[in-house]
Amino acid sequence: MKLFELARADDPGQAIAAGAKATTAQQGAEIRFIAGGTNLVDFMKLNVETPQKLVDINHLPFGKIEALPDGGLSIGAVVRNSDLAYHPIVRKNYAVLSEAILSGASPQLRNMATTAGNLLQRTRCMYFRDTAMPCNKREPGSGCAAITGINRSLAILGTSEHCIATSPSDMNVAMAALEATIHIRGTKGKRSVPIGDFHLLPGNTPQRETVLEPGDLITHVTLPPPAPGSRSLYLKLRDRASYEFALASAAVVITAAGGKITRARVALGGVGTRPWRSPEAEAELTGQPATQAVFQKAANAALRSAKPQSQNGFKIELAKRCLVHALKLVTQTA
Amino acid sequence: MSSQNESDKKPEIKSRPEFGKSTRRTFLSRLGMASLLASAGSIAPAFGERLEKEQSLSSESKDAIAVTLRVNERKYDLRIDPRTTLLDCLREHLHLIGSKKGCDHGQCGACTVHINGRRVNSCLCFAAMYQGDEITTIEGLGQPENLHPMQQAFVSHDAYQCGYCTSGQIMSAAALLKEPCGPEDADVKELMSGNICRCGAYQNIVAAIQSVRQTRSEEKQA
Repeated sequence: MKLFELARADDPGQAIAAGAKATTAQQGAEIRFIAGGTNLVDFMKLNVETPQKLVDINHLPFGKIEALPDGGLSIGAVVRNSDLAYHPIVRKNYAVLSEAILSGASPQLRNMATTAGNLLQRTRCMYFRDTAMPCNKREPGSGCAAITGINRSLAILGTSEHCIATSPSDMNVAMAALEATIHIRGTKGKRSVPIGDFHLLPGNTPQRETVLEPGDLITHVTLPPPAPGSRSLYLKLRDRASYEFALASAAVVITAAGGKITRARVALGGVGTRPWRSPEAEAELTGQPATQAVFQKAANAALRSAKPQSQNGFKIELAKRCLVHALKLVTQTA
Repeated sequence: MSSQNESDKKPEIKSRPEFGKSTRRTFLSRLGMASLLASAGSIAPAFGERLEKEQSLSSESKDAIAVTLRVNERKYDLRIDPRTTLLDCLREHLHLIGSKKGCDHGQCGACTVHINGRRVNSCLCFAAMYQGDEITTIEGLGQPENLHPMQQAFVSHDAYQCGYCTSGQIMSAAALLKEPCGPEDADVKELMSGNICRCGAYQNIVAAIQSVRQTRSEEKQA
């Protein structure tokens, strides 16, 4: 691990000023904010991340979960994943989020990991993690070893010829289906970014994963009020029953009335290069009866643009079945 | 912002615990060194030199920073390299070697300790970030003459084979008692999934945990 300077921010302005001195907030950032450290420390041990300075943001006043006047929810950047998952409002109004978080990592890691850290969680692609291998995300222009290598767990949606790395987070898939908004403070003031615009597709610049610029500090995430009468669910399929990343997962938020789906929000995990919201599936579901045939049509639509690699073609069918099953479970009357 | 690099201060270790007698570990490592010296005299000097270098980096380098940690209700003033994880700090600086290094990447749970009563992977914590927090290791959970109920239950249920993962398992299980966890074995297994046991003592680990939970719920009802 490269030597770094450790500093502690006691107010957001200090953190922003410190972060702004970096040349990038993306891969290769010289200055990193650190909170739970579950992702960053791991990558620092692998020399995938080599910051010269860490700014400890654990002491900033971003540790609260607060109900909003409009019925929505505000979640502080350094709220721990376990506190978020077990929060009574989250369990009641945003079950999909609670289920998604609890399906990821281990209790120890969830006690450490934070909201903002999870939003920035980086891929598990083994070539990204191994500095001996070429990787366009880690070292732009070096090539992608995964496309011709071991790619069973990698992405089938949103890939490019330069990168097929999967977005690993469960929380973010639920956040996408819940249409979360990410609130950022930076050198130019405050701004809000819908989660759908926050994560970038790899394209020609896989080293750029989010819209964050040097000095940008995520302060909190807001969720809109739950859609009246909606039910939500997260279904995760993986190689082990627990403590494993998704091969395919589905976050669904469905409102049904009189046997018809009136509103649908669908996002997939484990298959995309970013948390994969599927407006195609939502369009197939809206206004339709909650039947197996409709679910199948929605699943086909969600995976229509999927591009399999040499070893992960099975994910197309797996993701379809995952979505169909999630829709079946969430529309079953209790 | 308070920078914690105080490179101009003279390095000193204030309360590094003194051990009057050999621990099992120092004995074994001396034994290991002795046999190494005996069998490979020519490489031993290089090894010793490297060891010295690493030690000087960890505590007396100009990059060392002053930290104060509270571990098992005791305060420690130390100078450590900022890269020192909490796990390495506990083991190498404080000689609290109950917490084990398995994967060193937050995947196996052998390093589990409590910070402010919550279980975490100490291998993924930079020690200097946890000043002011209450850190509890297996040594602080209970002692041979005064075992924590979970330690006793692991003994009673033979919930280990080689024992390497055991302190992490027990720290995890003790924290689980205060977390939302359903009544079934499956619920316990899910919440213990961050602790790997390569010997496969899972059945007895679950039995040990369930026995403590059972006793606690009976005590609550009584």
